[in-house]
Amino acid sequence: MRLVPGLLVAIAVALVASLFAGRVWLDPAAMPNAYVILAELRLPRSVLALVIGAGLGAAGAGMQGYLRNPLADPGLFGIAPGAAFGGVLALSSGGGNFGSLTVPLGALMGAGAAMGLLSLLAGRTAGVTLFTLAGLMISSLAGALTSLVITLASNAFALAGMMNWLIGALTDRSWQDVAIAAPLALVGVGLLFGAGRALDALTLGEEAARSLGIDPQALRWLMIMGVALTVGSGVAVAGVIGFVGLMVPHLVRPFTDRAPSSLILPSALAGALLVLLADIFCRVLPLVNELKLGIALNLLGAPFFLHLLLKMRRGNSPWS
Amino acid sequence: MELSTRVVTVMRGDHAALSQVSVALQPGELVAICGPNGAGKSTLLSALSGLEMPELGAVFLGKELLQTIAPRERAMQIGYLPQTGEIAWDMAVARLVALGRLPQGDSERPNGLAAIDNALATCDLTAFVERPVSSLSGGERARVLLARVLAGEPLWLLADEPLAALDLAHQLRLLRVLRGVADEGRGVVLVLHDLALAMNHTDRVIVLDNGQVAADGKPDHALSSKVLADVWGVDARWIGEPGQRALTIRR
Repeated sequence: MRLVPGLLVAIAVALVASLFAGRVWLDPAAMPNAYVILAELRLPRSVLALVIGAGLGAAGAGMQGYLRNPLADPGLFGIAPGAAFGGVLALSSGGGNFGSLTVPLGALMGAGAAMGLLSLLAGRTAGVTLFTLAGLMISSLAGALTSLVITLASNAFALAGMMNWLIGALTDRSWQDVAIAAPLALVGVGLLFGAGRALDALTLGEEAARSLGIDPQALRWLMIMGVALTVGSGVAVAGVIGFVGLMVPHLVRPFTDRAPSSLILPSALAGALLVLLADIFCRVLPLVNELKLGIALNLLGAPFFLHLLLKMRRGNSPWS
Repeated sequence: MELSTRVVTVMRGDHAALSQVSVALQPGELVAICGPNGAGKSTLLSALSGLEMPELGAVFLGKELLQTIAPRERAMQIGYLPQTGEIAWDMAVARLVALGRLPQGDSERPNGLAAIDNALATCDLTAFVERPVSSLSGGERARVLLARVLAGEPLWLLADEPLAALDLAHQLRLLRVLRGVADEGRGVVLVLHDLALAMNHTDRVIVLDNGQVAADGKPDHALSSKVLADVWGVDARWIGEPGQRALTIRR
């Protein structure tokens, strides 16, 4: 597979470029404090973009394989909204100080709660459909609770802080954020990668997969854990970043044999590359206030989704 | 190795989809399960495949209780072809057929590759290996899905209505493949709606009615006019030579 080395090279190039890109275009030779800016601001931000993108890409590929639907998105499990609710709740109780662990922890707990509720609702024997409905229910519940917390904000500063955090951005992130997100996201990607064989079997439907020796409960746990770790860790340090999980598997699929297992690693790499490129774009765009990453990706994602729908309406399957 | 059920009862809510069904199947036989809609045909097939846990009774593979065999071991012994014919992703034919080697995990090693090639050849798909499945006709897809099961080289091949969506020529073609599988000494069990196909092409027919075995034996015995009247409520009889029988129904 030449896809993976190609993506790795592209990531390396983008990573180097990202160190120079910013509000101030760095010339290391001419700036005395260049090292500090690079090592303490730009490098962690870029690494974080890679980690979050990798998690979202792998989660999207896993979800599409699990639900056997090219329109599936990691958000469907309700884990990202759950994490957002946890983060907003932490913010509203005053945990928004720079360097504080309250918000990331709150978001991770929200992701964990959504995960627990999901497995509780879906029960022991539920099929994929009921499971998806349970996820959608959790999504809307978490969304409503998030809105509730926002409307109860005590003052305008708190309100703005929450809205800002919800949009999703990588501005001013530190190595501490990398230390929180990276291990969790990598374990999550590993779990999703481990689900690959079972996802391949699901291509033939749930019954056929079981007849091939796949344990549906074990697979569901792998999926819940994998998505919760990748998506939850991303929300914890960067807020909600949408559309990556939906878009990336589509971009990657034509370059693979289309089996779900062949998609997870390349989607992780392509997701990392996409988020890093989008973040570079946000950094160099000459606006008064930096364009938020979450907004940039949604602006990119919505037309993409439309393109997908139009393609389907023309009768071409979204397979291709 | 015999595949058998002993007084198996499967419940669907309050109603017994199967009630105290005992059948014993031998490898080398081509067996059809027939019966009216809702008689429990598919339920019996999934019980035999180990996908359905009976409320009462037990399913045995040889002397072993099927539930106690590890899913992966079971998958290597019993291949199951569901009715849905679902293919979620547009893979190439060879890649899809290779899914049949998942229990063995050797689809890229010589053993597995040989089994995949063999299954492709048996189902007359050698010319299609690189084709994406979306470009195939219904009959070709049915062959691909059958080849997927055959690639696992199971001792037992259980298929739910594998001929339902196919035209006459494709039905006969697939039946020839299945006959060959049975002649190799493997067991083939099919749910069939078409009684004439069951009559002319199988070694044994199990007739289910209301979750119970109404008849079990050679086709001309199990599908006699009396059984057709009792189970399907039709006044019908077979005409023609053995092997080319056709059903005439009196109104």
